[in-house]
Amino acid sequence: MGTIIELKNVTYDYLTGNKPFRALDGISFQIKKGEYLALIGPNGSGKSSLARHLNALLVPTSGEVWVDGLHTAQEEHHWEIRRRVGMVFQNPDNQIVATTVEEDVAFGLENIGVETEQIGPRVRAALEQVGLWHFRQHAPHLLSGGQKQRLAIAGVLAMLPQCLVLDEPTAMLDPRGRSEVMATIWQMNRRMGITVVQITHYLEEILEADRVLVMDRGRIVRSGKPQEIFTGDIELEQFGLEIPTIPKLIRLLRTGGLKISPQALNVHDLVDSLEESHPS
Amino acid sequence: MRSITLGHYLPGDSLLHRMDPRIKLLSLFILIAALFLIKTFLGFAIFCVFVLIVFFNAGLPWRYFLRGLKPIFYIVFFTITLHFLFTKGGRVYWHWGPLTVEEAGIYMGSFMTIRLVLLVITTLLITLTTSPIAFADGIEFLLRPFRRLGVPGHEIAMMMTIALRFIPTLMEEGVKIRNAQMARGADFETGNVFLRARSLVPLLVPLFISAFRRADELALAMEARCYRGGENRTKMRQLEATPLDYWGLVAVAGFTLALVCCGA
Repeated sequence: MGTIIELKNVTYDYLTGNKPFRALDGISFQIKKGEYLALIGPNGSGKSSLARHLNALLVPTSGEVWVDGLHTAQEEHHWEIRRRVGMVFQNPDNQIVATTVEEDVAFGLENIGVETEQIGPRVRAALEQVGLWHFRQHAPHLLSGGQKQRLAIAGVLAMLPQCLVLDEPTAMLDPRGRSEVMATIWQMNRRMGITVVQITHYLEEILEADRVLVMDRGRIVRSGKPQEIFTGDIELEQFGLEIPTIPKLIRLLRTGGLKISPQALNVHDLVDSLEESHPS
Repeated sequence: MRSITLGHYLPGDSLLHRMDPRIKLLSLFILIAALFLIKTFLGFAIFCVFVLIVFFNAGLPWRYFLRGLKPIFYIVFFTITLHFLFTKGGRVYWHWGPLTVEEAGIYMGSFMTIRLVLLVITTLLITLTTSPIAFADGIEFLLRPFRRLGVPGHEIAMMMTIALRFIPTLMEEGVKIRNAQMARGADFETGNVFLRARSLVPLLVPLFISAFRRADELALAMEARCYRGGENRTKMRQLEATPLDYWGLVAVAGFTLALVCCGA
């Protein structure tokens, strides 16, 4: 698999007053095409700043970000970068621009100058993918939180992106909305092969991610498969993160001396693994 | 949450509803100009018949007609009173001390009132039958020639759209803040006008702060979706005027010209 985004020693300073605050401190990593990458860490650890570097909303103070062969420091590439790397934000209300669902999906296409005849079919395809086609004439404020986030995802999808960056997309949703949105994101990743970068506080959402990065104070402190991150020897609690129940249980059982497969991460795996190593 | 109708648009499928918004706006300008050029009551009568025919052809109910006039009630009232009492000339019909009602006053008062009412009804005709979005599109197009003079047509239309999008959201939030403040003992209902106005401060301050935060986030989201102003932007729905639209415009222009030229 090729690389779609590459960060080389990225540093970013915020100016608050006259004192610069280092939000990102020497970050280097690569995102592979088609990967599902989760980004976790406490508040203020630089997750959002990092996400905004992925589509050139922010440009590094020093270091380089390459998106699909385009350097984000070059302003003439910004629009192409933003078309290829779509972004969904936390607050579902504050990213919907138009007064009807279909017009909102069309917004991005209109911005990049897609011909009028092509906009309709692309809007339809995007809305069908997220299951909102029959809501196309609705006013956005009449949608539920989960539907609004799916609308935001459709707005990005219509632009045929290669990568989708989601900054805590489920933080303001109820459990139902959350599972709706997560199902949509997984579908984008697994079925359409779109690279996904998701920031989240709910670690149970990303048990099946391909890779997890843990951030703290502007640095990447851990990187690995969810199994390694959640059931390994790292104390995620020290970063203010709460490990989901099953991984926590697996870890406790392991410290208690039981042998559990290193691949186990859900109830099913756990039971299988226990039956295998401890036949009754 | 009560629903809000903006510009009191009444969805429908009449000829007027389907008319191109640009043509409708142009017609509106022509008709308003006509109202200021008409000099006789006969002219107004003809104009009124024309407007009423269009009004009922568009399937608009009577009560909207009256509801639209409600906001200008006081203006009409003052126009009539001031003209009746202070415009002098001609026969004196009534007097009480220094106050007199004279012929010229009655004439001017009625004339101005009719003009005002017709102005509102004509405008109502357009706003009732045009969706706010079509309206914004129409304005954007009509302001295009003035771009060189620095008139930001696209930006005005975009502002209208965003305002329309966020009014329900902010209304909902306003209700929430109001309830939250009432739960803490805020009182919005008692006291005189000034006290009540002052009690709105704890409602408006959080609402404004939140609106600014929203604006900030929305700007970022728009930028992330490649928004860069009106240049090279395409449209999902292209406005297309049909021959019927042009004939409508010609009819309006012809009617106005005839009315004004015949000295009405």
